[in-house]
Amino acid sequence: MLLAVCVFLFPEMKGEMDGISDVFASMGSFTAAFGMDRLNFGTLVGFYAIECGNVLGLGGAFYAALCAVGILSKEEKERTAEFLLTHPVSRVKIITEKLIAVLIQITALNLIIYAISVGSMVIIGEEIPWEEINLLHLAYYLLQIELAGICFGISAFLRKGSTGVGLGIAVLMYFMNLVANIAEVAEFLKYITPFGYCEDADIVSNGYLDGTLIAIGLIFGTVGIVAAYWKYTRKDIHSA
Amino acid sequence: MEAIKTENLTKYYGKSRGVLELNLSVEQSEVFGFIGPNGAGKSTTIRTLLGLVSPTKGSAQIFGMDTVKNKEAVLQKVGYLPSEAIFYPGMKVKDILKLSADLRKKNCAAESKSLCERLQLDRNRKVDELSFGNRKKVAIICALQHRPELLILDEPTGGLDPLMQREFFEIIRERSSQGTTVFLSSHILSEVQHNCSRAAIIREGRIIACDSVDTLAKTNAKRVSLRGTVDLTDLTGIRDQVTVDGITSFLFGGDINQLLRQLSDGNILDIHISEPDLEEIFLHYYEKDGDRV
Repeated sequence: MLLAVCVFLFPEMKGEMDGISDVFASMGSFTAAFGMDRLNFGTLVGFYAIECGNVLGLGGAFYAALCAVGILSKEEKERTAEFLLTHPVSRVKIITEKLIAVLIQITALNLIIYAISVGSMVIIGEEIPWEEINLLHLAYYLLQIELAGICFGISAFLRKGSTGVGLGIAVLMYFMNLVANIAEVAEFLKYITPFGYCEDADIVSNGYLDGTLIAIGLIFGTVGIVAAYWKYTRKDIHSA
Repeated sequence: MEAIKTENLTKYYGKSRGVLELNLSVEQSEVFGFIGPNGAGKSTTIRTLLGLVSPTKGSAQIFGMDTVKNKEAVLQKVGYLPSEAIFYPGMKVKDILKLSADLRKKNCAAESKSLCERLQLDRNRKVDELSFGNRKKVAIICALQHRPELLILDEPTGGLDPLMQREFFEIIRERSSQGTTVFLSSHILSEVQHNCSRAAIIREGRIIACDSVDTLAKTNAKRVSLRGTVDLTDLTGIRDQVTVDGITSFLFGGDINQLLRQLSDGNILDIHISEPDLEEIFLHYYEKDGDRV
């Protein structure tokens, strides 16, 4: 919904954009942190990447992290694990089905968002920049999958509160990218945070996604998932 | 083949003790009591049998199958009643019962309906709205509806009113007569005494006694209650002596002849000598630092 509102704002703002772009482009470090030095606020792609990219990036990251970090641990936190695990169902099957559930939730959310975004662009009557929009959404989808994989692994180790851990990881990753954008010495952080390959300005100007960063990210996500299987299949389930 | 067999079963949680070198053997079709105070290791034993925790050392088998290697096959034959029943919030009783049956890939609709009627449980209520006792009934039905070969009951009657407790044990007796093995863990000794044929007593993670309930209850000690005046000061073997409303009561484990001689010197108006109940025996086991008397 927020994305649609942002898109609907575009026609209103379009006329005033030239001035605003100049202002945004002269905000020093902040400009670089959000990639506003390389995006044109006056075009739909630039506007969408800056306005919606941050909402989509952080919001999607929160959603994916929260979905994944709670899914295994909440059975113990809410003490339903004893009910579930005393039935003849293998833990591997439980982990697999819960993982699929997380992936379905994330995929469904992304499809809905994608439909709303494209739909709202059709409504305002602008020409849709398909390639950029598809690449942006794909990058954010991969970011969410990676974060979900990491948080899924963490979920297997937790017994109690998980919300804070999930939000913490999402925020940490987000800020790592901001720091990497501002300080050159911290540029290596781009290899750690999935926000590194979701840099709107890079995607829009390059016209492709950074395969190396994505590959590293997917390895992180996979390690998380493997860790979940390793831990949860041998975890002691306590009574309280 | 035993229904339950543990060999040197040991579980440590980090450095803290769960159970130590537990050797248990429960025959098929018997109703076996497992007695001990909170923290003695009853729940740890049960959780190991159910595969919720893995043993640190030793092994546990149910119907000859290892509880770690053949966990799903073991659980298919087991019905488990936890001491505290917790379900997924927002679900109705009938949905929980259906979910439990589906997880076992069985159609238990008829049995579930009949048990709900016997235990007077409304199938259309949401589990969050139920009292502790009614949630316990849901758990009882989950444990029984698939007609398991082994029932593991952890403090089964907590929260149930006396009428329901009676109905519950009636169902357990029926199942037992049909060949179901029952493992009843409890700290309510009368429950074990009335329903079990054999029992084990666990203390600080170790089994300190395992025998038929009759033998466990049989010691040389007698419970003596008398009204009147008698000098008991020279008598050896007296424990738990209390005098309330003119009635003196004590456990006597010494020489019966000496007791009778001492009593004949007094002025006794009334006397009652009986076997001590399991509760007294139980305290006896615990007072003696684990040594059997």
